[in-house]
Amino acid sequence: MRFSGFRVFAEALTGHKGWKPLWRDPDPQPAYDVVIVGGGGHGLATAFYLAEVYGIRKVAVLEKGWLGSGNIGRNTTIIRSNYLLPGNQPFYEFSMKLWENLEQSINFNAMVSQRGILNLYHSDAQRDAYRRRGNTMHLTGAGAALLDQAGVRKMYPWLNFDNARFPIKGGLLQRRAGTARHDGVAWGYARAADLRGVDIIQNCEVTGLKIEGGRIRGVETSRGFIGAKKVGVAVAGSTSRVMAQAGLRMPIESHVLQAFVSEGLKPAIDGVITFGAGHFYVSQSDKGGLVFGGDIDGYNSYAQRGNLPVVEDVVEGGMALMPRIGRARLLRSWGGVMDMSMDGSPIIDRTPVDGLYLNAGWCYGGFKATPASGYAFAHLLATDTPHETAKAYRLDRFAKGRVIDEKGVGAQPNLH
Amino acid sequence: MLIPHPLLGLRDAQEFTYLGDARLIERPTSGSEADLAEYVYLRDNPAGVHRELWFHEQGDRSWLVVTRNTLTHEILGAELARDVSLARKGETA
Repeated sequence: MRFSGFRVFAEALTGHKGWKPLWRDPDPQPAYDVVIVGGGGHGLATAFYLAEVYGIRKVAVLEKGWLGSGNIGRNTTIIRSNYLLPGNQPFYEFSMKLWENLEQSINFNAMVSQRGILNLYHSDAQRDAYRRRGNTMHLTGAGAALLDQAGVRKMYPWLNFDNARFPIKGGLLQRRAGTARHDGVAWGYARAADLRGVDIIQNCEVTGLKIEGGRIRGVETSRGFIGAKKVGVAVAGSTSRVMAQAGLRMPIESHVLQAFVSEGLKPAIDGVITFGAGHFYVSQSDKGGLVFGGDIDGYNSYAQRGNLPVVEDVVEGGMALMPRIGRARLLRSWGGVMDMSMDGSPIIDRTPVDGLYLNAGWCYGGFKATPASGYAFAHLLATDTPHETAKAYRLDRFAKGRVIDEKGVGAQPNLH
Repeated sequence: MLIPHPLLGLRDAQEFTYLGDARLIERPTSGSEADLAEYVYLRDNPAGVHRELWFHEQGDRSWLVVTRNTLTHEILGAELARDVSLARKGETA
């Protein structure tokens, strides 16, 4: 079933009785060419690109809960390609280009909205750093504009420019950045993969990896053994747990990140704004809620909920930046489990076990990477070579001293 | 979260800075590069009971080994890291 404006019109005339479930609910087959562990954004995108680009269709995506129950449905929906380091920026720009054509390629409205992201700076040093970052972005075609205070005032005259401690001096603007409907991304990839023959199997938890002679043979699951020539693991916060089944220790700690949404408000913020002095980022959803977040809680956690001190810290950041949101009431907050890597950058690589592949370490920046992560992981699974934009994301880069430390804080996951 | 400091009683976790797995006390002495890389970069990262280092930065500046459940955030105990380290040295001596 193809979605189109005509289809919506025709269904409206016939009482919307023709809509079908977006994907099948198949029982697992005995064996697949590729089994992907984790039915989140990255796993579903991987399955889609495996089928679409690399022609591998005997693929299963195994999800322990329901589809989209993890971080793909828990993030603040921001998409951007404003990184600095050569190992990162081309990859995120590749992702941005995939976002720009996503809805056409999966025939699903993911509500990709290129409303721009503005990273504010508050000091001369920060401006210089953003100038450098902006130049790096230009080198990869991402585009960037460095605004002075007048430029920011023109966009958002109501920001707290004269904050005594952190006056706003300007900002780095990426106009192509924006937001997307996070659930829509999961559903869209799931439907597109399903249409190409991928089996999406929910409520199927992987309980063991079957490895014989250093080679993967399949996975033990709550729905029985499933054979596989190749297994790709894309389980975000559960990476250490799943990879421990292969006897591997990971350069990852799991941490909880909270996010928040206010009650619905009239249109007030048309882009994404980030505070450069504290950690606060905000956009407004199409329903009117202010969607915002800040730092991770900072201690190992698998709890999918955080504690109040971080709520206070995030809200203080918001109030310092935009006092006018002070009367808005918080509607909901929630937490997700982040796979915080040791250098703040991801891993898309083979593992010491033949046929076992890893996609992890997304810290709390995984949503924007969803299309490129899926594409690059599919490339790796299909060809056994890293995608050209993901060559730096090696598992052994830590031991070899080739870390990609965007923030420069060292092997301290709760600071990335 | 309230951390039961062995000397000061229940203290707000906000007074502390978190470092990570308490195994970081056991710095490798082999001189091997691989051992050091493993020490610096690899973690067990368990879902469940976790022994971890917290620094009482805005308190008495002691290092604690806190035992905490990462699935529930329940704190099961706290010891002075010094005591843990001395006990360990006693075991190996």
